[in-house]
Formats: sequence, C-alpha cells, structure tokens
Amino acid sequence: MKKFLTAILFAPLLAFASGAELHLDRAPDKSNDMAALQNGAKIFVNYCLNCHSASYMRYNRLKDIGLSDAQIRDNLIFTGDKVGEPMKIAMQRAEAKAWFGVAPPDLTIIARARASEFGSGADWLYTYLRTFHRDESRPTGWNNLVFANVGMPHVLWELQGDQVMGEDHKLKLVKPGKLKPQEFDAAVGDLVAYLKYMGEPVAEFRKQLGVIVLIFLAVFFVFAYALKREYWKDIH
Amino acid sequence: MSKVNAILQGTLNWVDERFPLTSLWKDHLAEYYAPKNFNFWYFFGSLAMLVLVLQIVTGILLTMHFKPDASLNASGVPVAFASVEYIMRDVSWGWLIRYMHSTGASAFFVVVYLHMFRGMLYGSYRKPRELIWIFGMIIFLALMAEAFFGYLLPWGQMSFWGAQVIVNMFSAIPLIGPDLSIWLRGDYVVGDATLNRFFAFHVVAVPLVLLGLVAAHIIALHEVGSNNPDGIEIKKKKDANGIPLDGIPFHPYYSVKDIVGVIVFLMVFSVIVFFMPEFGGYFMEYNNFFPADPLVTPPHIAPLWYFTPYYSILRAVTYPLFGIEAKFWGVLAMGAATLIFALLPWLDRSPVKSIRYRGPLYKGFLAAFVISFLILGYLGMLAPTPARAIVAQICSVIYFAFFLLMPIYSSLDKCQPEPDRVTSK
Repeated sequence: MKKFLTAILFAPLLAFASGAELHLDRAPDKSNDMAALQNGAKIFVNYCLNCHSASYMRYNRLKDIGLSDAQIRDNLIFTGDKVGEPMKIAMQRAEAKAWFGVAPPDLTIIARARASEFGSGADWLYTYLRTFHRDESRPTGWNNLVFANVGMPHVLWELQGDQVMGEDHKLKLVKPGKLKPQEFDAAVGDLVAYLKYMGEPVAEFRKQLGVIVLIFLAVFFVFAYALKREYWKDIH
Repeated sequence: MSKVNAILQGTLNWVDERFPLTSLWKDHLAEYYAPKNFNFWYFFGSLAMLVLVLQIVTGILLTMHFKPDASLNASGVPVAFASVEYIMRDVSWGWLIRYMHSTGASAFFVVVYLHMFRGMLYGSYRKPRELIWIFGMIIFLALMAEAFFGYLLPWGQMSFWGAQVIVNMFSAIPLIGPDLSIWLRGDYVVGDATLNRFFAFHVVAVPLVLLGLVAAHIIALHEVGSNNPDGIEIKKKKDANGIPLDGIPFHPYYSVKDIVGVIVFLMVFSVIVFFMPEFGGYFMEYNNFFPADPLVTPPHIAPLWYFTPYYSILRAVTYPLFGIEAKFWGVLAMGAATLIFALLPWLDRSPVKSIRYRGPLYKGFLAAFVISFLILGYLGMLAPTPARAIVAQICSVIYFAFFLLMPIYSSLDKCQPEPDRVTSK
C-alpha cells in the first residue's frame, strides 16, 4: 500500500515536465507614473489608434491618468469624436481584412488577454513590440519573435529602426531609428503601461478600496469573535 | 413599553393564526438543537448558502446590463462580450459586481467541495441522512450545470470553445448523439441561439431548481438533525424535557459562530476580488479576454479548475469498446464519476461513521482518493501528453476504487469504539 502511494505521489513529476517555453522580457511597472501613462496614451493614439480601436475605452476616462477634458480634446482626439465617446476608428473591418489578412483586433483589453503562464500581458506586449525584425519572406517585410508571421508591420519602425535576425538567433539593430535603444525601450514601456491601464482602468482604485474593505472586516471580526466567545462561554 | 410589546405580541399572534411563523422560527433556528462539537469543517454549509445569495444578488444586477447577443457591433466585437466590458467600465460599481460574481462561482465550488468532504470525513451521508446526501448531490449537479451555462455568457474564446467541447461530447452517444448535440445548441455550431438559451437556463431555470433543492436539503437536515465530528446520534441521550444533552440551539449559538466564519470567508474572498480577480488565470482564464471567434481554435482548451478532475477522467478513457468510440466511454466515466457519490450511503458498511473511529484501511483509501482527485484536477488544466494520460488513468482507477471497493474495505477495517457522548477536540 505504501509503495503504491509513493508511486502515485511521484508519478506526476514525470508527467508535468512542460513543453514549449516562451521567454518574455519583464515590462517595467509604471502603473502609478502619470507622466509615463500620459506619454503612453500619446503614443497609443498616434501609432495604434489608426488601425486598432479601443472601443470600450472612453476618451474622458483618461482623467484617471491626470488629463483634463480640454487636454484630451486638444491633444489626443484626431477624429471628430467628443470626449465622452469611445476610441473608435474610421477604417472598415472588411477593408482592413483585405489589407492585412486579418482585421486588427480591438486593443482595449489586450493587456489582459495576452497574459499567460509565461508572463503578464504587459510582459508579452513589451517583448512583442520590441522584437520586430526584417523578414523578406513576409508580405509586410516584417516578422516577430513572440508572434510568428504576424500580420502587422513594424509600426514603431521609425522610432526603433531596423532589426535583423542574426546567425545566432539574436536580434541586431542594423539601422538606428529616431530613438536610442534605451529611449525606445522606455517609450515602449510607457505604451505598455498605458495598455495595461486601459485594460482595467479601475485596477488602482480597486486595490485601494480592497485595503479599506479588509480593515473593515478585521474590525468586524474582533467584535464578532468577542460576541461568539461571550455566547459560548457556558458551553463545555 | 409594555403597550408596544402587547401590540407586537398581538401582531405575532395574528400572523401565527394564519402562517406558522413562530413554529418555523423555533423548528429551524431557536429550538433546532445542533451538536455542540461542530468544528472547522462545519462552516462550509452556511458559507455555501451565503455564496448562493451573493451569486443571486450580483447575478440579478448583472442581468440589468448584460446582453445575450452574439452579433457583432460596429467595432467587430460580439455584443455580449462588449456588454460585459461595459459593465466593467461604465456601470457604477459594475466591476465590483462582476468580480464578485466571477469569484463567487469559484468560491461556490471551493465551499461545496469542502462541504462534501466534511460529509465523507464524518459519515454524514449514513442512515438516517441518505436523502440529505442525495439532495446535496443533485445540488452539486445543478451547480455544475449552472457554472457551465454561465461560463458561456461572457462570450470569450474559452466560453465559446469550452461550450463547443462539452456539447460535442453528447455527439459521442451512439445513434442519437449528433442530433442531440444540435438540439442542445439550437444550431450546428455554438451561436446566438446557444447563447440565449444558456442565458435562460443560467438566470431562471437552474437557479429555481437550486433554490428548491437547497430548501429540501435543509428541511431534510432539520428533520433528522445534524451529524457531528464523532458521528454519533445526539438524539439518543436526551434530558427530561426531550432536549438532546449534547445539543445546543442553532440560534444564537451557531448563528453567532457562523458570523465569525462568514467574516473570515469574506476576508479571503475580498483578497481575491480586490487584489487578484483573475487568480492567476484559474478563476478567470486569460484567453477569455479575447472575444469568441468561431474561426480561431485556441491551442489549448481547458475548463475552469472546478471541472478539471472530471475532464481528466473523460480524457483518461482512450480505449474503444464494443465497437463504440472511446469518447463515449469517456463521457460515461465522467458522468459516473460525478454521480457515484450518491451511492456512498449504501457502499459504506463500516460500523462507525466518523473518521475519528475508523481504521487504517478507510483512512488510506480516503487519502489516496483525495490525492487522485487533486492530481486529476491539476492534469485537467494541462494539455494532454502520453505520460500525463497514464497518470490520469491510474488516478481514475483509484478514484473509482475508493467507491467500488468500499463495501469490502469498510467492513474489514479495524474500527475503534464510538464514545457515548460527543467529544470536543
């Protein structure tokens, strides 16, 4: 019986050896850095919001990250939309599908959807946006390390420059862009922080409220436990 | 003051002549005598009731803004999926209501599994409590149906493909299977018709059944009285007034004690709701943040954690038999694994009820069962490999052996004598 149980206990170890690994760089945490989030929002509306919608995200929600209605209207809305409207795009989905092979997905909650056992959604996006490289076999001329044969070209190309895949399967920068590599990583970090915020704008408030709720329950517990003790002192 | 009391008493008498209010209060709370030695494991029944209420209240609030509609909106997102995000962002406190509901689903299974395990530890299913146990098992089945129907509603990738996989299982039934699965879906694929009927089942049909069953479960319990960690009947030793010597009124003793349990539960619940609502992908699967796409099959489709032990058993059956494909036998094995608990009152031949007085055989089998159950649950979350399939097959055999061999090992076991009166440990 004991031998049998031991076999049962250890057999799983063999079974759980995992398959393919995906190595993701860790995205910097800028959840409370308003300047970074605002810069990320700026990059998002300039580079992403032409093809990708963020249709659950209202422009005026950006007040969360320290912007006023006027600032949002003057700096971040390039369409005729009002500040209370969600971030939609003019591009038709059918046309987009014809151009890219697939209609660009809505990005509102992409940072939640891309999470996996390999890392957070922010980690995935941070790695994805920095690992585009030249690949002449692709229609767009670009490929990606974490999203093989991706339909999207390297939209941030003018900032990062050209990367190619070396013989050693590492990426090399062969033509610099407008930003130095560290600056580019920081800019992508800001963009990813914004995408993470947009995925769940209430996240920071949720955690603050959680602390208050737990303190309330802890106080409640003291009284409830005292009441229970009082009632039960005669029960032996 | 005495005048106010007289009015209140008069009102109560008026009601009591027309409705058994006072006697209901006495029978189920103030003069329902519960054993005084309930331990940690006895919190989970009242907690299951609490979670049921939480799910109903948050569920009603969610239906006010949720739209069971699979058509695409102008941004190409299914309306149902977009309505969930609308709740998360634009409905006041919608995020809290939604997270309470999604966490509540998992919490329901946590407390129900622990509640069932309590029954197995202390033999609560034994005579005269067989019907309580059977009502409980039907509640468990209804709860699984409720969770399955509800999981389709957010209309994410896992919602869609999970429902597709489960409904397809019915197509494995010989002869009627393919037509049956079309009838269940209302379409050839999971679609708008499926979403709407699952919504109807989730918010009306199954909750009605659940509430009725919970009432039957409690009425049956209060008829025969609660078991306790010693597994002995407190009604055998009564005082001159006919009150069990080891019994105490449920109210106020257990009502004040359960409040303490409720607060501890709510603290754990709040940590998840406020700090980790996805619970690392176990309570909300990451892939479900992608809207349902019938053209893109996810590389790995796994049900939520509370179904994975049974999903593992389904996948563990890989041999065709009598010319019928293995999938059908897998479905049968999975069904049997969920239903077999109901036979426990008749499989158990031990002279004692509680684990405290049982012998080593039962303890060994129970430990092996629990370990197998956990391993099966873990394996069910992972993609299948040949090595994992073998482990799942071994664990499935142990799972069923625990039940099917019980008449033998429970009667052979060397048990200790039960005490006359309950003990407090």
